[in-house]
Amino acid sequence: MKHIQTINKQTLNSTIKKGGCGECQTSCQSACKTSCTVGNQTCEQKKK
Amino acid sequence: MTNMWQPSFIGKRERRIFLVHQYKNNGYNIAIDVSSGGIHLLDDESYEVLAYVKEKKEEFEDFTAEELESYKKEAYFHNQEERKEILDEFIELIQAEQLFSKDVSEEILPQVAERKTVVKALCLHIAHDCNLACKYCFAEEGEYHGRRALMSYEVGKKALDFLIANSGTRKNLEVDFFGGEPLMNLEVVKELVEYGRSQESLHNKVFRFTLTTNGVLLNDETIEFLNQEMDNVVLSLDGRKEVNDRMRPFRNGKGSYDLIVPKFQKLAESRNQEKYYIRGTFTRDNLDFSKDVLHFADLGFEQMSMEPVVGGEDDPYAIREEDLGKIKDEYDKLAQIMLRREEERNSFNFFHFMIDLEGGPCLSKRLSGCGSGTEYLAVTPWGDFYPCHQFVGQEEFLMGNVEEGIVRAEIADDFRRCNVFSKEECKKCFAKYYCSGGCMANSYNFHKDLFKSYEIGCEMQRKRVECGIMMKVAEKIK
Repeated sequence: MKHIQTINKQTLNSTIKKGGCGECQTSCQSACKTSCTVGNQTCEQKKK
Repeated sequence: MTNMWQPSFIGKRERRIFLVHQYKNNGYNIAIDVSSGGIHLLDDESYEVLAYVKEKKEEFEDFTAEELESYKKEAYFHNQEERKEILDEFIELIQAEQLFSKDVSEEILPQVAERKTVVKALCLHIAHDCNLACKYCFAEEGEYHGRRALMSYEVGKKALDFLIANSGTRKNLEVDFFGGEPLMNLEVVKELVEYGRSQESLHNKVFRFTLTTNGVLLNDETIEFLNQEMDNVVLSLDGRKEVNDRMRPFRNGKGSYDLIVPKFQKLAESRNQEKYYIRGTFTRDNLDFSKDVLHFADLGFEQMSMEPVVGGEDDPYAIREEDLGKIKDEYDKLAQIMLRREEERNSFNFFHFMIDLEGGPCLSKRLSGCGSGTEYLAVTPWGDFYPCHQFVGQEEFLMGNVEEGIVRAEIADDFRRCNVFSKEECKKCFAKYYCSGGCMANSYNFHKDLFKSYEIGCEMQRKRVECGIMMKVAEKIK
């Protein structure tokens, strides 16, 4: 494309099929404890 | 860029939020397709065309490829080949479901909202006591509106047994040793870790232990133990000496910086600068907090976090709405400095800008939020359960205890139902799938309602998401 560059390929919609295993980290256990950040967590299935 | 086509709304509706969020940051024109998570870098012309086509529809409505096709015939685009070309690129992205994509969340929402949850994480309040007297502490010098107490091994063991028994088939179990100051009860921490390890193979579980500390009691032996057993350690320090010592004094008023910093440096090095966070809190007394983050970097730390303080409206240090402009500028400044340092191979990680665009959490996780009250519980030294550490001491949220288990399941039901679709403000927010509805304790503290949003926190969160995504864009195209 000439005018637009897409930065990432993943679509959230595609995670519906395999998602929801719940093995990922609880967000508050990492470093926040007073807010909530989920988007920076890593999927345990993709970690493997 | 031509000047003849300048829609009148540009610049006037910065706060209007669409399914596609567009913004400029650090010289980049960025579009976030909220539903798919697609991130796009636009040139000036396509940025303006995007703003124009969005204006053609009501807020939050999807576009179809056919509709965009029809715009090509409109006056604005007449004989303007470049804009037709841009519309073709939009159409291509729509067909790839990367722009104006359909939000499928509501299809799986019922199963997420009514899901059967298992407990997978505990925050063990191993010590309701502290050797510092931090002025902003939500635990009130470790005591959480209650009495000073240390958790006994027996209570901790029952908590771990509860976790194992209530975790279903979940393999990874998280236990955070929290306080007060957990190192004031180190022997019990060690005994509980040993007990947890002894249970792993029996129940096919893996414990991931973490510990949050102010560092006062750290020594070589403790560091060795932490490195051997703790998956992550969170080290509390606020930044520059004068900033830290103003808010984090000992009970006698003396500052803690000089004692703590060398210990934290030693710990971070001994962990190869991984699996830890230096965690600061900024208040309205240090709104120039980017300097504190950079101070961490100057001290040699590579993993850092800097949280806005949690405080009520009457607290003089609490963040106010009028501080938001300055705070947003600080985040911008920090993001730009981090990019520069990355080029100089002198980089560090800032927790709040970290966004995993390719391997991030699934939609189900993003819809279920932080897990407090359902997957995550806090346990007091005497074994009471609360939805999270921030609710400890608020009796209306007392859920049960290690002897009887969960006795007030209706509290868990409320937390389970709380998500980005049950909060009115979240529905239209572009950042909803990055914060998952934010901190429920903040909602409750400010509105006495789990289903409302803490607006000041949301504004800061949105800015951090914008900065984090801008950095990903910059890294990708360099």
